[in-house]
Parts: sequence; structure tokens; C-alpha cells
Amino acid sequence: MVPVDYYIGLSAILFTIGALGVLIRRNSVVIFMSVELMLNAANLVFVAFARTYEAVSGQIFVFFVMTVAAAEVAVGLALIVTIFHTKQSIDVDQMNTMKW
Amino acid sequence: MTTQLILFFSLATLAVGTALGMLFSANAVHATLFLIMNFGIVAVFYLLLNAPFIALAQVTVYAGAIMVLFLFVIMLLGAERTGRTPSSWWLQPVALSLGVILLLEALYLVISQRGLLPVGGEVASTYGDPFSVGETLFRQYVLPFEVTSILLLVAMIGAIVLSKSRT
Repeated sequence: MVPVDYYIGLSAILFTIGALGVLIRRNSVVIFMSVELMLNAANLVFVAFARTYEAVSGQIFVFFVMTVAAAEVAVGLALIVTIFHTKQSIDVDQMNTMKW
Repeated sequence: MTTQLILFFSLATLAVGTALGMLFSANAVHATLFLIMNFGIVAVFYLLLNAPFIALAQVTVYAGAIMVLFLFVIMLLGAERTGRTPSSWWLQPVALSLGVILLLEALYLVISQRGLLPVGGEVASTYGDPFSVGETLFRQYVLPFEVTSILLLVAMIGAIVLSKSRT
């Protein structure tokens, strides 16, 4: 097996790219996708450590993270569609007020 | 060992490349397609780590269902090209420096812990197959599994309530 350090390094790089996407991009759908990338980086470390310690529990946690991500995407995309209907834009800079 | 290392580094390069492609592509549809490729590559990593069940769940749930939902919403809203210019000029430099700090911090931790982490040896051939995963899921983690169903139900109701037209 490739040493687990390499997987942690790769995961750190992917997580940083996701965090940068959240900070830099202004399109809320792309920000959402960056969050998915960060979750995915965490999943990779889970599976790498599950393989290192030969424990299936790590894989079960990845399964739960996927479920939570699916629920989050369903609600989040519904929110984005609703915001688009009221503001005609999904640019996060336009969402600077609580009133509509 | 060396073939595994070569495979790891080529796949890691591809994964980082597609993630950067997602970060820098101006068109949101291209960003989605890059992210689907990234998820596919991570699924190959899961296969290399003896997790075939998780790899297939990754392909069907993430790269399949979730990303199709993203593509559908982007095309429904016609939002391929919004949000290109940030409102504040200092936003990008600050974000970039914060990201570099985060990356350096994480890599410093990994490098300083080198050799302390255990090295995975050979695992049993039954490790990570759907049978063992299912047994752990339905014996040890049966309560979280049931809670997950409530979470999905709440998310479903929430999505329906949010997207219902207000008349």
C-alpha cells in the first residue's frame, strides 16, 4: 500500500482547493461544488486510514458523509432555486440583504 | 510497490488538475464536468484502498446522482456565467494567501508526523467487500443508519417545501 502520508497530503491539497473555491468563486452553485470537493477530500482520508488500520468503520463513516452530502445538496439547491426566483441572480454578492 | 507509487502519483496529478480546473473554469458547466472527473478519480483511489463498495457508491451517488442534480440546476437557471468578477479587489489576494497558509500548515503537519503514522500491511481478502461492509453497517451502526433515513426524509420534505411556488 502507498504510505498513508501521501493520501493525507493529496487530501490536504484537494481540501485547500475546495476552500479556495468557496472564498474566490462568486457563483453559489460553484461554491456548493467546492464544498462537495472538501467533503470528498475528508472521505479520502477516512478510507485511507480505514485501510491502514484494517477497520471497516472508516468506510461506514464515508457512507454516512455521502448521505449527509446528498441531503445537503437537495436542500441547498432548492434554496438556490428559490433565491433565483426572488432575486433573478445566484451571485453571492447580490445576496447582501435579509429582505426580499 | 513502485507500480503502485507510479499509479498513485499519476492519479494524484490528475485529481489535483481536475480540481484546479473546477476552481478556474469560468463556465459553471465545465466546472461541474471537471468535478465529476475528480470524483471518478477519487473512486479509483477507493478501489486502490480496498474499498470497492465505497468506490461504487461514490460513482453512483456522487458522480451520478448529485452532480446530475447540479448540472440540472445550472441549466435550469441558465447560470453558467454569473459571478466572474468579485466585488472587492482585495478578496482574491486575501483568499489566495489564506489558502496557501492552510496548505502549508497541513503539509507541515503531515511532514512533521512522517514515520509516526502506521504503515498498512497486507489485508485479508474479505476486507472491504460488500459483505463485511454490510455486516458492520447493520450490526454495529444500525442506529445511525436508521437516523440517516430520518435525515433524508427531512431533506426531501425541505426541498419540496422550499421549491413549492408561493401562490
